[in-house]
Amino acid sequence: MIRLEHVSKTFDTVSGDVHAVKEVNLEIQDGEIFGIIGFSGAGKSTLVRCINLLERPSNGKVWIDDEELTKMSEKALREVRKKIGMIFQHFNLMRSRTVYQNIAFPLKGSGLSKEEMDKKITSLLELVDLGDKKDAYPSQLSGGQKQRVAIARALANDPKVLLCDEATSALDPQTTKSILKLLKQVNEKLGITIVLITHEMAVIKEICDRVAVMEKGKVIEEGNILEVFCKPQAKVTKDFIATTSNISRIYEMVDEGSALTELKPGQHLVKLNYDAVNTSKALISEISRDFHVDTNIIFGNVEIIKDSPLGDLVVIFGGQKEDIQNAIAYMEKHDVKVEVLKEC
Amino acid sequence: MLEVLNDLIPNIMNKLPEFWQAILDFFIMLGITGAVSFIFGTLFGVILTVTRRGDILENKVIYFILGKIIDLFRAIPFVILIFFLGPMTRIIAGTTIGLRGALFPLMVGTIPFFARQVESALAEIDRGLIEASQAMGSSPMEIIFRVYLKESIPGIIRATTITLISLIGLITMVGAVGGGGIGDFAIRYGYNSMQNDVTYVCVIILLLITTTIQGVGNILIRKTTH
Repeated sequence: MIRLEHVSKTFDTVSGDVHAVKEVNLEIQDGEIFGIIGFSGAGKSTLVRCINLLERPSNGKVWIDDEELTKMSEKALREVRKKIGMIFQHFNLMRSRTVYQNIAFPLKGSGLSKEEMDKKITSLLELVDLGDKKDAYPSQLSGGQKQRVAIARALANDPKVLLCDEATSALDPQTTKSILKLLKQVNEKLGITIVLITHEMAVIKEICDRVAVMEKGKVIEEGNILEVFCKPQAKVTKDFIATTSNISRIYEMVDEGSALTELKPGQHLVKLNYDAVNTSKALISEISRDFHVDTNIIFGNVEIIKDSPLGDLVVIFGGQKEDIQNAIAYMEKHDVKVEVLKEC
Repeated sequence: MLEVLNDLIPNIMNKLPEFWQAILDFFIMLGITGAVSFIFGTLFGVILTVTRRGDILENKVIYFILGKIIDLFRAIPFVILIFFLGPMTRIIAGTTIGLRGALFPLMVGTIPFFARQVESALAEIDRGLIEASQAMGSSPMEIIFRVYLKESIPGIIRATTITLISLIGLITMVGAVGGGGIGDFAIRYGYNSMQNDVTYVCVIILLLITTTIQGVGNILIRKTTH
């Protein structure tokens, strides 16, 4: 378990003090994938560096299991760091070393014999699916392959924790997916706790169990990924969630008077927001049947997060005004958030 | 063959032993100064790098003092530096002339130059690499040897090539003030006694040495850059 207690980090720069991280309290459980999201400058990179003390917090304590890192000597800290892997946005591989030598880098002084080391590196290369690139230099690899090497290197000392600092931000969407899949696999197969920072909600959605949202150095929202996606509290969180869906397009379309949003008399343009619980009910058919409301689905966006669907539908209701009112009330009773965008 | 040479470069041929000695002296100066400067220049270059602001062994005092000393010696023109160092050279080497008297000023002239070159080669190393090594639990010493020096080998070779070539210039200059070597030989006979063939031969030899050093440097840089 990783525990941050009242962690703050202040940099004194020529233009005054910069409070990068303010009073952060976090508990990250063993074996989970914990995401930290924030816009650039929110302090997430600094926060993740406070975990392995690459940045020493100005205040507060950092615990891993029952060891307090903030109390340790540099020398003891170096030993602890060997058990905390870290990967970076720009991979940070050594250009003068081959893939094999890069992975061997952290194994120096580990007491392994040459054969044991060879076996270890070969199995790591297999894990990251780069068996054939052993003697290549980083300059000969693609971004995704470089990050795979970096992951293998970070895992060389059998860490308990893997810190990922914007690990997919320099990669294209497809490569991002494959790296996230690999991280998930590392988490499940090797039971390694992963702390992942990113500015992309799509990344969080893809693999995280829990998420903390950061703004201006503070953690402003934290929780189970499903809860945060269903019931975001802070504005930043809502903004981040909006980036993963195209549903907000409908507002622009209404404003622009798009043909799709043109209504006949008596029709209502409505946005329905589902969460994990109510998607299993056949509400749309129920209201057509029981309230005689015609429902025309214009578009929708439904996500699968941690095996639960949630998302939005934009529909046009048609029928008697009273029936529509009743149908809306019925849906609201079933925890669907209904927003009438336009009526005619 | 011998007759052709006697015809072409009579003033060299009539003092061949002295000529060979001058070339030998030149290479002794180049070798010893080069080796010592390589060691100390690298050391100072590394110290400057790791003690700068935000680096692994940040130390304002050492960075400032070492930087100022290096700048001081780089600011003094070499010909003046030779005289300026005279008393100290006498204490260290026992004499200020000849091969022995030349080595100390050569080193003082070369080390700061090389140190700055090494510093700029090391500055090319991405901060991210240092951070990654720290995250892997490397100690400052490991980072210096396994990251800073190892990863900047091509840069250090380039610095060495440039420094050796500029050292050739310095060695010919100490020749002018009685330091021995090819420069001394060229000035004494070629210039003062107006034996032009001596000047020409010396220039050709220096040209060959310079080209060879640059060529070898380029090959090594190519071989070590990935």
